[in-house]
Amino acid sequence: MQHTTQTAPHETSHAHEHHDLGFWRTYVFSTDHKVIGIQYAVTSLAFLFFGFCLMLMMRWQIAYPGQQIPVFGKLLEAILGETAKGGVMSPDLYNVFGAMHGTIMVFLAVVPLAFAGFGNYVVPLQIGAIDMTFPRLNMASYWTFFLGCVIMFFSFFIPGGAAQAGWTSYSPLATTIPTDGQTYWLIGMVLLITSSLLGAVNFIATIIQLRAPGMTWMRLPFFVWAQFVTAFLLLLAFPPLEAAGIMQLMDRVFHTSFFLPTGLMVGGQVADISGGGSPLLWQHLFWFLAHPEVYVLILPAIGIVSEIIACNTRKTLWGYRSLVYSALAIGFIAFIVWAHHMYLTGMGTKISAFFQTTTMIISIPSVIILTCLFITLWGGSIRFNTPMLFALAFLPMFGLGGLTGLPLGFSFADLHLHDTYYVIAHFHYIVAPGTIFALFAGVYYWYPKATGRMMNEFWGKVHFWVSFIAMNLIFQPMFAQGMAGMHRRMYDGGATYSGVLDPETGDVVGLPGFIISLNKGITHAAMLLALAQLPFIINFFYSMFKGKKVDDNPWKATTLEWQTPTPPPHGNFDKHIEVYRGPYDYSLPGAKDDFTPQTEPSHK
Amino acid sequence: MEVPYTSKPRPDTGLYNAKVGIWLFLASEVMLFGALFSSYILLRVNALEGTWPHGLLNIPIGTFNTAVLITSSITVVMAWASLKLGQFNRFKIYQGITILCALAFMVIKSVEYKDKFTHYQVWLKDGETIRGHIEVPGIEGKPWFMTHKKLEAMEAVDHITIHPDPKPHVASAGGEAPEAHKSENHGGAEEHAHEPRRIEKADIKRLSAFVPAHSTYFAIYFTLTALHALHVMGGALVMAYLWGPGSKMWKTDPERFTNRIEVSGLFWHFVDLVWIFLFPVLYLL
Repeated sequence: MQHTTQTAPHETSHAHEHHDLGFWRTYVFSTDHKVIGIQYAVTSLAFLFFGFCLMLMMRWQIAYPGQQIPVFGKLLEAILGETAKGGVMSPDLYNVFGAMHGTIMVFLAVVPLAFAGFGNYVVPLQIGAIDMTFPRLNMASYWTFFLGCVIMFFSFFIPGGAAQAGWTSYSPLATTIPTDGQTYWLIGMVLLITSSLLGAVNFIATIIQLRAPGMTWMRLPFFVWAQFVTAFLLLLAFPPLEAAGIMQLMDRVFHTSFFLPTGLMVGGQVADISGGGSPLLWQHLFWFLAHPEVYVLILPAIGIVSEIIACNTRKTLWGYRSLVYSALAIGFIAFIVWAHHMYLTGMGTKISAFFQTTTMIISIPSVIILTCLFITLWGGSIRFNTPMLFALAFLPMFGLGGLTGLPLGFSFADLHLHDTYYVIAHFHYIVAPGTIFALFAGVYYWYPKATGRMMNEFWGKVHFWVSFIAMNLIFQPMFAQGMAGMHRRMYDGGATYSGVLDPETGDVVGLPGFIISLNKGITHAAMLLALAQLPFIINFFYSMFKGKKVDDNPWKATTLEWQTPTPPPHGNFDKHIEVYRGPYDYSLPGAKDDFTPQTEPSHK
Repeated sequence: MEVPYTSKPRPDTGLYNAKVGIWLFLASEVMLFGALFSSYILLRVNALEGTWPHGLLNIPIGTFNTAVLITSSITVVMAWASLKLGQFNRFKIYQGITILCALAFMVIKSVEYKDKFTHYQVWLKDGETIRGHIEVPGIEGKPWFMTHKKLEAMEAVDHITIHPDPKPHVASAGGEAPEAHKSENHGGAEEHAHEPRRIEKADIKRLSAFVPAHSTYFAIYFTLTALHALHVMGGALVMAYLWGPGSKMWKTDPERFTNRIEVSGLFWHFVDLVWIFLFPVLYLL
C-alpha cells in the first residue's frame, strides 16, 4: 500500500483510465474481481437451477416410470424431439440427464459459486487488497469457464444429445458410446479445468502477496484460509483429470486405446482397436481429481459458515488455529484417499487397506472443524437471521453426510452399499443441504455488501424452512432404499427388480414394495423444494431495487470487507487499511461496541 | 490504482507477483505431465508380452533435438543475465537464438512426425507382421494415414506393395516373444527383406501407419510429444512477443521487463526439463 501511495502521479492517470471504461469493459469484460465474482455467481446460480430441473424430470420418471412428464413433457418433446417422444423420458435421455446433472452441479454450479464466485468477491476484500494479483488472468478465467459452460449446454441439442456415461465417464463405456456428447463433454471439461487453473494460481498469489499491512497469516479470516487450501487442491488435483480428459479425447477422436483393453467386445464383436489400454487408469486419474474435488466443494462452504457463525454468535471462533490446521491437514490427506471409490474394481486388498486407513484419518480433521463450530455456539447470544439459519442447518446436515460416509470408507461395508441410493443420500447430504445451504447463507450474508440493500428476511425464512424440510424428506428415505439394495442408476426406479415371493422359502426376493413406493414421496418432496426456491429467486431480484437500504456494516462484523464503501468501488477501499488484530474480536471486555474491527488499533 | 509488487518484490515474501504465479503454474504443469508419465508407466507395465514396440524412433534426430533445446536453455539464461547487466543488445542476440532454437526444434519434430505418418505396420491374417513403407495402387507417392478400413473401402484395390524396413525392428528387439521365434526364419529371409513384397488385400488383418491408433506406445508418444510441442509453441510465442513489440517496456520499466524475461525463462526451463525426461523414456528405453 505504501508503495502505491508513493507512485501517486502514476496512479491518478490510471484511475482516470479505469473510470472512463465503457459499459463493456465495466460490466462484461471487466478485470475487477468483484464484477468477475458476481459474473461467476450469477452464471453458476443459473446452472444450479438448471441442474436441479434436470433432476426433477428424472425424479418424475423414477416415481412414475413411462408416464408423461407434467407441464414440461411437451416442451421437452418440442425441443429434443424423438428422445422425449410424447413427453416421456426415454432411457437415453435419462442417461443424458443423469450424467449432466452430476457434471453441471459439480463443475458448473457448486464449485464456481463456492470457489470462484464467493472467493473472487470476498477474498481480496477480506485481506485488504485492491484487486486480485492478475486481474486480466482473472477475466480470462471467467470467459474460459463461460465457454466451457456454453459447450456443455450446447451439447444437449446435438444429435444423440449430451454425454451419457455418468459424471464419472468411466471408459470403455464413455469411449464406445457412438454419439458425440462425450466428445463435447471432454472439450468442455478441458476448458473448465484451464479456467480453474487460472483461478487457483490467482487466488494463491493474491493471498500470499496482497495482504494488507498487519494482515499476518494468523489474522486471516478463516474463509480466506479455506479458499487458500481449496485453491491448492484445484491447482494440483485438476491437471491429472485434464491429462485423462486429453487421453479419452484421443481415444474418441484418434481411436487410440488408452483406456480400452485388448480383446474389448463392442456390440458382440471384437472392437477394431489396437488394445493394450487400461480402464482402471481412467478411474485412478478421475478419482485423483474427484476426491479432492469433494473438499473443494466443502471447504469454501465451511469458510462461509465460520464467518457467519462468528458474526451472529457475537463470539470469536472457538479454536481458530485448530480450524486452520485441520483445513491444511484435509488439504494434504485429500490427495491420498482417492481409491476408496474403487474398492469394487479388484485392485487388491493391500491397496484397499491403505486407502481405508487414510480415509478414516481424513475424517478426523473434518470432525475437529465441525466440533469447533458447534462449541462456538455454546453460550453465544445467537441472532437467528436468515444467513445464520442456513449456517446453523449446515452443521447437522454436513455431520449427517459425513458420518454416513464412514461405512462407505470400509471396503467390507462398501461391497454392499456401493452404487446404491445410500451413496447418493450420503454425498447429497454433504453437498445439497450442506454446501448449498452454506452458499445460500453466503448469498444472504454478503448481498448487502454487493448491492447496498438487504434481502427480505421473511421470505428468506420461508425459503429456509421449506427447503430444510424438503431436503430431508428427499434424502432421508434414500438411505433406506440404498440399504435395501436399490441401485443408483435404475431408469424405472427399481420396478424391474420389484420383489416377488419365493414359494420355497416364503421370503421376498428383490426390492420390497415399500422401498419402491418411497420414490413417490421423494419426488413430491423434490417438487416442494423447487417451489421453495421461488421466494429466493424473486427475493434476489426484487431486493436489488426495493430491498431495505443499509449502511456499510449492517451485520456489525469485524472483518475487512465491511470497512469498504457499499457497494465497494473499483479499488475497494477509500482509506488506508492497516490490520491490528485477529478476525473475530467480538464482545471484547471493555470495548465500546460488541465488535472490534480488524482495523481498530489495540491501544484504543 | 495499480496492483502492488508487480516489479519490486514484497519485502516479507521476497517475491514479486509474477514469480509466485509462474511457480504455482509450473507446479500444476508438473501434475499434468506427471499424470501422463504415470500413465506411460502403467500402460507399459501392463502391456502384454511383445506388444510394446522398441526402436521405432530416430535416435540421432532425437539426440540432436535434445541438444537444440539444451542450447536454448542456456541462451535464455544468458538473455536474462544480459538484462540484469543492462546490456539490451546482447539480450536481443541471446533471446533471438533462443527463439530460433525453439523454431528449429519444431521443424525437426515435424519432420519426425511426417516420417511416422508415412511409415506402416501390417498385421497379416497368418500372424506375421511387417513394417515398412507401402505403395497403394492409384495413390501417388507415399500414402499418409492409410488404414485397413480405408483399404477395404477402396474397391478397385486388391493388393498393396510393401518395402520392408532393411533391418526388421521386430527381430532386433529382445523382449518380443512371439516375434523372437520368427527371427530364426528371418535370419534366412533377411537377404530379400529389402525386396518389395506384394500383399493381397484379403490377407491383411490390420494396417496402420505409426499414428496414435497404432498402439498404446504411439498413443502415449504422440500425446506426450504433442502436448510438449504445444508448450514449446506457447513459450516461443511469448518469448517472440517479449523480444519484439514487448521489448519496448525496457525503456519505460526495465525492472518489470527483466522480470518478464525471468518468468518466461522459468517456463522455458520447464519445457526443456520435460523434454529431458521425454527423450530417454520414449526414444531410449
